[in-house]
Amino acid sequence: MKKVLYPLVAAASASLLVWTIVEIFYGTPLQYTAEAPTQSLFFNQKIFYWHVPHAMLLFALVFICGIASAGYLKNRKGSWDDVALAGGELAVVYGAIVLGTGMIWGRAAWGVWWQWDMRLTTSLLLWMVMLGYVLVRRFGGAGSERLAAGLAVFGMIDVPLIYFSVKIWNTVHPKAEVVQTLDPAMKPAFWLSFLAIAMLLGLITLLRVVVASGERSVRELRERAIDGGLLDE
Amino acid sequence: MSFFRHVGAVAWKDLRVELRSREIVYTMAFFAALLVVVFSFAFVQDPKLSASATPGVVWCAVAFAGTIGLGRAFDREREGDTMRALLLTPASRLAVFLGKAASITLLIVSVELIVAPMVAVLFNVPLFDHPLPLLILLVLGALGFSLVGTAFAAMLLRVRSRDVLLPVVLYPILVPMFIAGTKGTGALLGAAPDLTAAWYWVQFLGIFDAAFLVVSMWTFESLVIE
Repeated sequence: MKKVLYPLVAAASASLLVWTIVEIFYGTPLQYTAEAPTQSLFFNQKIFYWHVPHAMLLFALVFICGIASAGYLKNRKGSWDDVALAGGELAVVYGAIVLGTGMIWGRAAWGVWWQWDMRLTTSLLLWMVMLGYVLVRRFGGAGSERLAAGLAVFGMIDVPLIYFSVKIWNTVHPKAEVVQTLDPAMKPAFWLSFLAIAMLLGLITLLRVVVASGERSVRELRERAIDGGLLDE
Repeated sequence: MSFFRHVGAVAWKDLRVELRSREIVYTMAFFAALLVVVFSFAFVQDPKLSASATPGVVWCAVAFAGTIGLGRAFDREREGDTMRALLLTPASRLAVFLGKAASITLLIVSVELIVAPMVAVLFNVPLFDHPLPLLILLVLGALGFSLVGTAFAAMLLRVRSRDVLLPVVLYPILVPMFIAGTKGTGALLGAAPDLTAAWYWVQFLGIFDAAFLVVSMWTFESLVIE
């Protein structure tokens, strides 16, 4: 089952990604008029199809990590922790992609690499919380799963607080409602891109969970063997 | 009712140990004062720059000194191996948590009471024109810091690299608090103090503290490793 499923999903998301790229460059109008009526954006706007889905999935990953960590703290099942670990690590990767593409967009649209805008700041701080999570997992030693789970739960609660604390500042970022008010000609490409990226993410997450649970069973087996006197420390 | 008596007992125990040695409060206060002096070399050049740097200096000093205090407060339990004894007492873990957080809040507030006048003098800014909102901001900030900090410091009790990991996990979570603190303090300064904004940030800090009070009370029980 797994042997068929994984390559199948991988092939599907790969072909969807290729289709998405074709669609982005040939299937959408060149310019984005609602937010920036000037001609200055041209091709730069194309990064939108890449940046926004990643950003949406980043928040999804943070919440997956937070909820799985809360579940782990509640019932102490290792499988919850595997999901939290996968979510946390991938949130770091996706955060890096979001911040990277966002900075490129910022340079093109606003002329600066970085703005202390609320969405940028929120993403940066979230990314830092998740980096902290991964650091704790790596270097915390024994018992760090619970500590990291606590951090993830605190981080999840922090999301709205960060958002509202930065919201007071002026915002230059295109509004979040942009997806609903999108030019109809851009919608298919956007959702196609979202689907492709989400599918890829789903596959990677699944694989990471499988690896994490494999690692966990090896660890547990080793501990049992040591306890039973079959292995030396 | 006995719950609050337990909270008070744990807090009073910590404070009494501290009052006998005064180790944490002296080192924290001196470290914070040093930080302010170092910052004043960098920022006190022209009055405009020093006025806009003031809120940041106050809150940085509070954050760094608070981290030192947190580490020490729990090192004391670890060295005497008394954390287990504390958890074995009939007091619930929540009471232990709240008592610890209360005593650390008091330590941080006492450091703030030294740092804030010092910044006002060294940076030559009218920090105390509106003492009430400033005091509330500082107390709420200290409370938020010690709620989150106590939860994490207790979790890190048995972790080897806890001194490095504590700030790494603590500061990203505390960022909204620092934003609120610095913006709120900044609103009280300057030619035209913006009291509405300052009260907004006071409310925000209240929400921050309430949110993390609930989360840390919910998680503390399952997080303390003993």
